[in-house]
Amino acid sequence: MMQILLVGNPNVGKSAIFSRLTGTYIIASNYPGTTVEFTKGYLKLGGERVQVIDVPGTYTLEPTSKAEEVAVEMLKEGDLVIDVVDATNLERNLNLTLQLLERGIPVIVALNIWDDTQHRGINIDVNKLEELLGVPVVPTVGVTGQGIKELVRRIPEAKAPETTYFGSTSDERWARAGDIISQVQSLSHRHHTWSEVLEDASNHPVGGAFIALVVFFATFWFIRFIGESIIGYVTDPLFEWLWTPFLMKVSLALASGGFWHSVLIGNLIAGEIDYFQSFGLLSTGFYIPFGAVLPYIVSFYLALGILEDVGYLPRLAVLMDTIMHRLGLHGYAIIPTMLGFGCNVPGVMATRILESRKQRLIAATLISIAVPCAALQAMIIGLVGQQGGQYVAIVYGSLFASWVIIGLILNRIVKGFNPELLVEIPPYRLPPWRVIGEKLWLRLSGFIRGALPIVLGTVFVVNILYIFGLFNTIANIAAPIVSGLLGLPKESVVALVIGFLRKDVAMGMLAPLTLTAKQLVISSTVLAMFFPCVATFVILVRELGVRDTLKATAIMVAAALIVGSLQNLVL
Amino acid sequence: MTMHQGRQLTLRQMGIGQTGTVIEILGGRGLIRRLEALGIRPGKKVTKISSALLRGPVTLRVDNAQVAVGFGMANRIIVGVG
Repeated sequence: MMQILLVGNPNVGKSAIFSRLTGTYIIASNYPGTTVEFTKGYLKLGGERVQVIDVPGTYTLEPTSKAEEVAVEMLKEGDLVIDVVDATNLERNLNLTLQLLERGIPVIVALNIWDDTQHRGINIDVNKLEELLGVPVVPTVGVTGQGIKELVRRIPEAKAPETTYFGSTSDERWARAGDIISQVQSLSHRHHTWSEVLEDASNHPVGGAFIALVVFFATFWFIRFIGESIIGYVTDPLFEWLWTPFLMKVSLALASGGFWHSVLIGNLIAGEIDYFQSFGLLSTGFYIPFGAVLPYIVSFYLALGILEDVGYLPRLAVLMDTIMHRLGLHGYAIIPTMLGFGCNVPGVMATRILESRKQRLIAATLISIAVPCAALQAMIIGLVGQQGGQYVAIVYGSLFASWVIIGLILNRIVKGFNPELLVEIPPYRLPPWRVIGEKLWLRLSGFIRGALPIVLGTVFVVNILYIFGLFNTIANIAAPIVSGLLGLPKESVVALVIGFLRKDVAMGMLAPLTLTAKQLVISSTVLAMFFPCVATFVILVRELGVRDTLKATAIMVAAALIVGSLQNLVL
Repeated sequence: MTMHQGRQLTLRQMGIGQTGTVIEILGGRGLIRRLEALGIRPGKKVTKISSALLRGPVTLRVDNAQVAVGFGMANRIIVGVG
């Protein structure tokens, strides 16, 4: 099958074009280097099915990063290249174009972000560019889809031009790019766009910090507001008016008792379904993912999507860089960390964008220890929040303090280098709502497909443990630590055990234990830090290897117990 | 080495909003290549946009792109101004 490669600088919109060509939605975000692996899709070209591959962004074919090495490797397999060029940064992008032409592989250029050239007063003579390069050049706007049809129509015209530039040196190439620019591009005056005004403000160190604080609180408020609204106006009413009556009917049909009743409905609390305490597959097993967690998945990923696509995150990386260096990371590690707040799995996977093993190890460990995923956060807000917002704040505060302190320690212990930040900052762009909607849908359906089975499986396991009386055994074994050190009733240890499977269900297990506010704080914090959930564990093994994962896990267990004990002493 | 009239500063020493031409990058092939890939190379006009607090990264504009450069690297990019 023919293989078409999408090649280009980071952040030029390759992923948006990929999703237009193949209909395969992938996460395309407005910061460089987030496509850490290649993605495959298919396109019908002239009646034939061809494979399209979205290659990680690369500035040059003399690789300076892991992503670029991957890209160079992939070029060997491609039959045709669609070179996606940022029209607003033509000279630098042409450097890569010329390197591609040197390889003798057929190329067609997608002159993307075409709409922005008008706003910035950049005029490009497309025909002249085509003439000078010797390959077809098609202006496109990946985000809206403009020009894509034309691009596809002209793919057959892609060629490796006869005038070859084999053996150019880097200087010769840049000179050539500059020469082409002078013939093809002219700049006219334009007004300061709103995005530039905002950029100047956020670049100013004090202004930037101020904006960061505003963004932080606004994001927090937004996530809470959307999450609670969905719960209050959509999911809780649905559960109360539709699901509960249905379950009560099922309960009666099962004669209110027996094995199947326990498994499906769980325990009736005072003759009623209690969605946190009943623990049946259909009651708690459905409520946790759909009633408690899903609203926060929606609100979190909506907020993250907006931040990503507006282009704020790389600026945040610059702001955080100095602090992160003390933790053995650099500013860019903020991105996997923020992804971790949605789910630790993509967060840990994204640590691949960091250059050194030390950074990847520290970042992944810190994410697993101190970054609670959205599902866990939703349950914390739901359960601990009932006691008062200040307790939720204590939990988050403890996690943040752990993040900093453990990072400082790991920075000393872990061997390796910590390179400096060198990253392109994309311009602010209006969030393309359609893309945000698609991304949200993608993440949402991913959550339902991935999490729901595990949640149901976990609830089922909990029921089996109850039925076979294994709970008491486990609780008795761990009692000295759990009660002595942490001040929790020994039954809560089972929540920690279940935390290995799913942390949200584990939180749910704390509900019937009637814990004091202090105990809720301790158990939530320890649960968040203790041991990665199985999904995260698998990814850690994949990214770090077995040995480092075991080291990281040991740190997590120790840290969780230390922090929990401290909380027990202090609160 | 091109003769350049006017002063030579490191990127770090430049003032905010100042524009200059990159003269030299004090570093090995690796550093030179990484910076060059982002468009920062001798002969290019760059404008310093900001520098983060506490020895943080320096942000500069080259052509239409903004690039954040770590503090240590910023000390090794020599720019001619004036």
